Amino acid sequence: MSAVIEVKEISKRFGTTTALDRVSLSVEAGKVLALLGPNGAGKTTLVRVLATLVRPDDGHASIGGFDVQKDATTVRTLIGLAGQFATVDELLTGRENLELVGLLYHLDKKVYRQRAEEVLERMSLADVCDKQVKTYSGGMRRRLDLAASLMGLSPVLFLDEPTTGLDPRTRNDLWQFVQDLVAGGTTVLLTTQYMEEAEHLADSIIVLDSGHVAAEGTSEQLKDRLGGNVLEVRVSKRADLERAVSLIADLGSAVPRTDPALNQVLLPIKNGTNVLIAAGRLLEDHGIALDDLGIRRPSLDDVFLAITGHATEAHATEAVKMEGSR
Amino acid sequence: MTEMAIANPRSGSVRLTPRLALRDAEGITRRNLMRIIRTPRQVFSSIIQPCLILLVFRYMVGGAIHVPGVDYVDYLVPAIFLEAVLMGGSTTTLALAQDLQMGMIDRFRSLPMARPAFLVGRTLADACRNALALTFVIALGVLVGFRFHSSLGACLAGVALIILFGYAFTWLYATIGLAVKDPQTAGSVSLLPMFILFFPSSAIVPVSTMPGWLRPFAANQPVTVTIDALRALFEGGPVYHYLWQAVSWCVGIFLVFLVVSLNLYRKATV
Repeated sequence: MSAVIEVKEISKRFGTTTALDRVSLSVEAGKVLALLGPNGAGKTTLVRVLATLVRPDDGHASIGGFDVQKDATTVRTLIGLAGQFATVDELLTGRENLELVGLLYHLDKKVYRQRAEEVLERMSLADVCDKQVKTYSGGMRRRLDLAASLMGLSPVLFLDEPTTGLDPRTRNDLWQFVQDLVAGGTTVLLTTQYMEEAEHLADSIIVLDSGHVAAEGTSEQLKDRLGGNVLEVRVSKRADLERAVSLIADLGSAVPRTDPALNQVLLPIKNGTNVLIAAGRLLEDHGIALDDLGIRRPSLDDVFLAITGHATEAHATEAVKMEGSR
Repeated sequence: MTEMAIANPRSGSVRLTPRLALRDAEGITRRNLMRIIRTPRQVFSSIIQPCLILLVFRYMVGGAIHVPGVDYVDYLVPAIFLEAVLMGGSTTTLALAQDLQMGMIDRFRSLPMARPAFLVGRTLADACRNALALTFVIALGVLVGFRFHSSLGACLAGVALIILFGYAFTWLYATIGLAVKDPQTAGSVSLLPMFILFFPSSAIVPVSTMPGWLRPFAANQPVTVTIDALRALFEGGPVYHYLWQAVSWCVGIFLVFLVVSLNLYRKATV
């Protein structure tokens, strides 16, 4: 099967900032690719390039074999766009929104009317579809936004942070829906800040860091690079923090990360329970009082740190603070 | 569970036909008209504002202004007709800035619609709102003593000129909206054409009463020549000199800002 989404060496600069730095990727038909990264990693810019909204400075991208710049109109018939920067009209009803989008996909009136009906039903919006969108809840809006992206029967779907800010139940519904679409043959490119979302939906993951591809693979492959789990140690006294780090560092599979604000050490580990017991014993023997000791699955921050060698923005500031306090 | 169908892969490029482009423009016009109807407060203020200006100058300020050879009400009211459509344009600016801010423009630009259709649909809907406001202002004008003194044909031509002027300026307002982007800033910037073009014109007082340095600008700018053309069309007198200047201004403004705004739309990002 050939690639439906093909990106070759795409670069984009805004002034002096490099949003995308020679990014390449490809997604085969019926597969889901997740772009994982913090704010400012270039995820949205890449989606905007593929959705024909932003012209790249260098490189080529194509959807279904059509170049996103030279054949933009054709590409637009092949894609559906939903997420944080696309939206729906507050003053129109749900149905009016969908029918307008259907018309602009150049479907026949009969076709888009029926299609709107189907999509509203499927997204559980049938009850409210004749009310103005301004009366909708956040979750309903997001579903309508996704519904709009489905109006064109597009074989390719871009979801830009589709669940950011949604409650867990709505998020699970949305995940289920995306999985149904993929089962029907839709190819999906999704951006997310959540490891869990990427893990749940994606066949493969690309980690973006400051505009370049830092790593790619399945979620298992990425987590293996980290070593599996994270040991979380919280000491009672701030003064013990550095001593605790040096004591347990050897037990880990990668460099530990300290968070002085929380008196916390995060250590990537391979072997779960044994390490937990060993660490607990070691710290007790040296008289370090603990508030908390446990094992958890790696978060995006952990994976990101392990792969890129530096923390995501939020943690970078903490690291600077720590430097200062030494 | 129903599975959502997807379209078959495409073998050839898609081409936009003029017929599809017109259909897109019609769809967008309808969307904007629905938005206008559903924000009655905005429609109301676009009617009430020129009516208030009319009343202020007719009854409070007008008594002190004497224009030789004409009743002041007949001098003033054609200018207020034009003010109504000039002021109405500021809602175009605001609406586009809002569409940009909300992400509507991204949605539309990612669809295979004809790109000019978005702005054509915006300006046509606003022309309809202008026509509505104009109807009320004409009615109020007649109520406070304004009279048409020329032929029906000339009067209709005058109304058509106001609509044409309003439509041409809508493209200037659209350009402002796309350039400024932020709705709040757009709200105040969109008042500039009023102050730059309406007050230093023959709208309220004759240009001959203005200081020498201002006169060359005031006498030749589009609002003055259009108002002079309207006065000639409604009240009689030589028309063609002003009319061709007014129409040329309208066509020129339309073409320049059509090109500029389409270009801004093509590259639009928040």
